[in-house]
Amino acid sequence: MKLRVNGKPVEVDAEPDMPLLWVLRDRLGLTGTKFGCGVAQCGACTVHVDGAARRSCVLLVRDLADGAKVTTIEGLGSPGVLHAVQEAWLAENVPQCGYCQAGQIMSTVALLAANPSPDDDDIDSALSANLCRCGTYPRIRRAVHRAAGRLK
Amino acid sequence: MISRRALLKLGAAAGGAFVVGCAFGRTGGTVWREYKRTGTFQPNAWIRITPDDRVIFTLDRVEMGQGTTTSHAAMVAEELGVDPRVMEIEAAEASRDYDNPDKQIRIQITGGSTSTRGAWRPLREAGAVAREMLRAGAAWTWGVSIGDCRAVGDGSIAHAKSKRVLRYGALAGAAAAQDVPAVELKGPAQWAIIGRSIDRLDIRPKVDGRGVYGMDVQLPGMLTAVIVRPPAAGATLVRMDAASARARAGVVAVEACAGGVAVVARGYWEARTGADALAAEWTTPANAADTDDLRASYRRLLSRDAERVVRDDGDARAQPDTLDAFYELPYLAHATMEPQNATAWLHDGRCEVWAPTQAPGIARWRVADALGLDLEDVQIHTTLIGGGFGRRGLVDYCVDAADVARRVGGGRPVKVVFSREDDLARDWYRPMAMSRLRGSVAGGRVTGWRHHVVTQSILADEGGDFVGALLPNGAPRAVRRLASASAPRLFARGAMPDSTSIEGAVELPYAIPNLRVELTPVETPVPVGFWRSVGHSHNAFVTEGFLDELLHAAGKDAYLGRRELLAANARHLGVLDLAATKAGWTTSTPPPGVGRGIAVHASFESYCAMVIEASVDGARVRVRRAVVAFDCGRVVNPGLVAAQGESAVIFGLSAALKQQITHRAGRVQETNFGSYKALRMFECPIIETYTVASDAEPSGIGEPGVPPVAPALCGAIFAATGKRIRRLPVEAELAT
Repeated sequence: MKLRVNGKPVEVDAEPDMPLLWVLRDRLGLTGTKFGCGVAQCGACTVHVDGAARRSCVLLVRDLADGAKVTTIEGLGSPGVLHAVQEAWLAENVPQCGYCQAGQIMSTVALLAANPSPDDDDIDSALSANLCRCGTYPRIRRAVHRAAGRLK
Repeated sequence: MISRRALLKLGAAAGGAFVVGCAFGRTGGTVWREYKRTGTFQPNAWIRITPDDRVIFTLDRVEMGQGTTTSHAAMVAEELGVDPRVMEIEAAEASRDYDNPDKQIRIQITGGSTSTRGAWRPLREAGAVAREMLRAGAAWTWGVSIGDCRAVGDGSIAHAKSKRVLRYGALAGAAAAQDVPAVELKGPAQWAIIGRSIDRLDIRPKVDGRGVYGMDVQLPGMLTAVIVRPPAAGATLVRMDAASARARAGVVAVEACAGGVAVVARGYWEARTGADALAAEWTTPANAADTDDLRASYRRLLSRDAERVVRDDGDARAQPDTLDAFYELPYLAHATMEPQNATAWLHDGRCEVWAPTQAPGIARWRVADALGLDLEDVQIHTTLIGGGFGRRGLVDYCVDAADVARRVGGGRPVKVVFSREDDLARDWYRPMAMSRLRGSVAGGRVTGWRHHVVTQSILADEGGDFVGALLPNGAPRAVRRLASASAPRLFARGAMPDSTSIEGAVELPYAIPNLRVELTPVETPVPVGFWRSVGHSHNAFVTEGFLDELLHAAGKDAYLGRRELLAANARHLGVLDLAATKAGWTTSTPPPGVGRGIAVHASFESYCAMVIEASVDGARVRVRRAVVAFDCGRVVNPGLVAAQGESAVIFGLSAALKQQITHRAGRVQETNFGSYKALRMFECPIIETYTVASDAEPSGIGEPGVPPVAPALCGAIFAATGKRIRRLPVEAELAT
């Protein structure tokens, strides 16, 4: 099937029941999107499909529209320039192990696209499906506010 | 090329001060020979400087989020005189050069909150030795006195009188020709990097998707394997029908292996669905673990005399029991965000392994042993690590990968990947622990304390890994195997001490005249291991919780009562006062319905006190605020300490509120994050971290914040509701 991944058209050889996560990781070599649980309980695999945050570990190839636009962590920002959300993550020294952070960042970018001025409750609603075991939630919250300020 | 001898003669003639010295087993001669061979200046195992001015630092305590990249680079850079942000930092491969300097674990492993305290002297010395050789090299080059050559701090040496400057890269050859000097380290007043919150050096690749975790390793021709495991520990394969698994598109092999049955395929999804299609029959082990049965047996042991007395002050048994309580904590999984995995490639009679591991030193010998290779023929490449918490001190995933690569790889690299379900079902769990506490209160004072711990020895499970890695690399394979295989029995029988069962209980710091601590070790079929703060993780909940009970019985405040009992322990007192002050313990009242709890605990040579504010609504606990106070000696990077305060609170609350691993007929009942829950964003309290100013040697910060969390939380719940929590996790306890 045909997809548009990070702005580039790609032809994917995958069975219909293969989740998008493994198309990205194993077929396209885009390993920035992480495998954490396989059942949409941790959010590490969050990507954007046609602009919406989706759990790629349970989104099957057959459920994707032909030509669907997929954005992964590698496709944020422009070449050599980080997205404002990624910059905010650096400024707040958010990551520890970092494994969940691609998912956290993708969820945040989608949140800020829909709601440019989220309050703490909005952040809780948008990000509570993204698990972090190192405990970076306080810094994520600060980084979301910081990025929102920059994007206005 | 000019000879080293000639260089030295010229340098001496030029007035260079060459102190004959030796650092880390290297002499000027070996550094020079290494320079001639590689073209780089390598004064020791951690620093390389190339003629094109790259400064490369080899990080030998793995980065798993706790911040070693940044703290360790700061220690080296401070003395070396470079900006840590321009150093290239690479993960150390397996080598005895990188054995942990901590006397208790002299193998290449990251754990026990040893990284900062272990590196404090050697890494600064490594930087200083390099700097002094660069200064001497510059003095020779210019024909001036070394005393006039100054390390600027930006990777160059300057000669002020002649206004000349040379970059370190340009000095690589001249520096390599110098003798390795004895060095003096900078004093605190001279520090420009240590003690400051420099930004983390490891996070750019963690926000742009380029970082390579073990899971992300890609090699030409690589296959991916999923291992179908026996459903219960100790079960073995009776028969399998692999036809439908093999029929799955992309599956290239299905074969019994040491860990179970390996389904090897083009990618993870093909291997996983192939594994799901496998029909396998397993034996039922006779001694399958059952949590209810284990709990009942622990409880029976607590009603009998203990097997060992580990501390006995005064005569605790002669005191009347004011309180008699049972405390209980469950098995816990580590649940690192990155499930366990490793990639092995057998080629040319060697094996290379890429793995997110805390223990390259253990991985190397375990893989060599599994494959029948010499240690020198196995190399371990450490990747980025998606969370450790002690789980990755085990190397089972490395052995799995090597084993499957040998059986079915056919010279192709094989990556073994655990699903989340595999990861929770095949862990080495924090041991279940049960304690009986008896205490005496007389005349408003705590006069007696008896603590009997029943738990499982961690070293009886994992000691063999350590013993095997401790032996020199050249030890015969049979010796290593025998020593390793004998260790577990020795630990289980107590012939070798396993302090992990009683740490945090035996060194109770309170001034209680009659104090007895006892241990009854148990053996179970459940594999157990090191879990962030290890024995302290269960013993602090028990000791601090029961102390709260005794202070309450004595009519004392939880904070002020602790103060009285800690009068002789300045560092405990320092963190306790700091946490109480910052939380407003004596100066403010929490809002209606909110309770405050306090706990203090020392572990891994650091001290931590915590105040937690929480309210309770049915079985739901809302934690509002956590105030953390650390005394970890000198602080290398305050920002990293704050991050570990936040990390400890969230990790500790996840466990205290939500987590338990339970077994039924040997099977772990918790399968994924739906049943093994962790704290989420909406549950995260406000967290404040403070440190006591100290000029003591630095100590660790990765673990010491965890032990006080559960008792401070339960103190808050008691203050809010009057209900004592003596069994974790809290949410399950409140629901009963």
